[in-house]
Amino acid sequence: MEICRREDKLEISELDPFLAELLRQIPASTNPEGTPAAEKRLFSPPADRSKTEQCSEWKLYVEPELRRLFRTATETVAADLEQLNGNEKPFANRKLRIPTQHADAWLNALNQARLVIAAKYNFTDGELCDHYRSPIGSRRDLGLFQLNFYGFLQEFILREIGDCPEKTSD
Amino acid sequence: MSWPPQRCGAGVAEGESAVAFSAAKDATETTVEEPVIEKETRSQDDVDLPWQVVVHNDPVNLMTYVTMVFQRVFGYPREKAERHMLEVHQKGRSILWSGMRERAELYVQQLHGYLLLATLEKVS
Repeated sequence: MEICRREDKLEISELDPFLAELLRQIPASTNPEGTPAAEKRLFSPPADRSKTEQCSEWKLYVEPELRRLFRTATETVAADLEQLNGNEKPFANRKLRIPTQHADAWLNALNQARLVIAAKYNFTDGELCDHYRSPIGSRRDLGLFQLNFYGFLQEFILREIGDCPEKTSD
Repeated sequence: MSWPPQRCGAGVAEGESAVAFSAAKDATETTVEEPVIEKETRSQDDVDLPWQVVVHNDPVNLMTYVTMVFQRVFGYPREKAERHMLEVHQKGRSILWSGMRERAELYVQQLHGYLLLATLEKVS
């Protein structure tokens, strides 16, 4: 797999079928349904749980906004990933081009996916620091590989969008 | 000294105090000292001050990602953002900002939008 920046696009090429499949799984991996720990992590309370009024207001007014934000990011990524659909070319020749304007959506969706996977398998700190674990012998190992692969993509995107972040509000 | 402290004029009806003052003036005709009015200067920020935005450690979020989020949300320079990120990583939490509740709430919302573990706490 090759990954580089070409003008206003991030380009992933020379995709092998396995990594292409992991990319295609990003949107599905962001879904916390069926994993209460993942749901709890994505929508964590804004204060100590004893602050019931604050937490219930948050659930009522802020959480729907967060859900909308996360869904929009995932939909953007899913739309970009449609380039990988179809069987007319082998994966090895296929390229995925991500517009740099979509970088934030990718960072968000990749982070959602990583958090959901981590919650699903309840990885230990030791496992999360083991970036070279191999071979993949179980679903759990695959989950850890997937999490690290998505982290690698995040690192690449962060490096490419550079050091000139904008303050989002005031 | 008693608790709770009585506010000036508390417990005395408006008419009563006016009558009492008038009677005293008639009796002595002396100059009454100007009352010293103590001004308490507290801005709205001070009134709302004791709120802080705390970010908690999460082993999944990448260090570079957390640094980027701090730069974006708070407008911190890279060095300051990295210092806070390392504090979160090493000590488990870092106070990113403190001030008015309304703004602190906004920051917490933004941090949650980036999927960081952030809470709003009142300074004890």
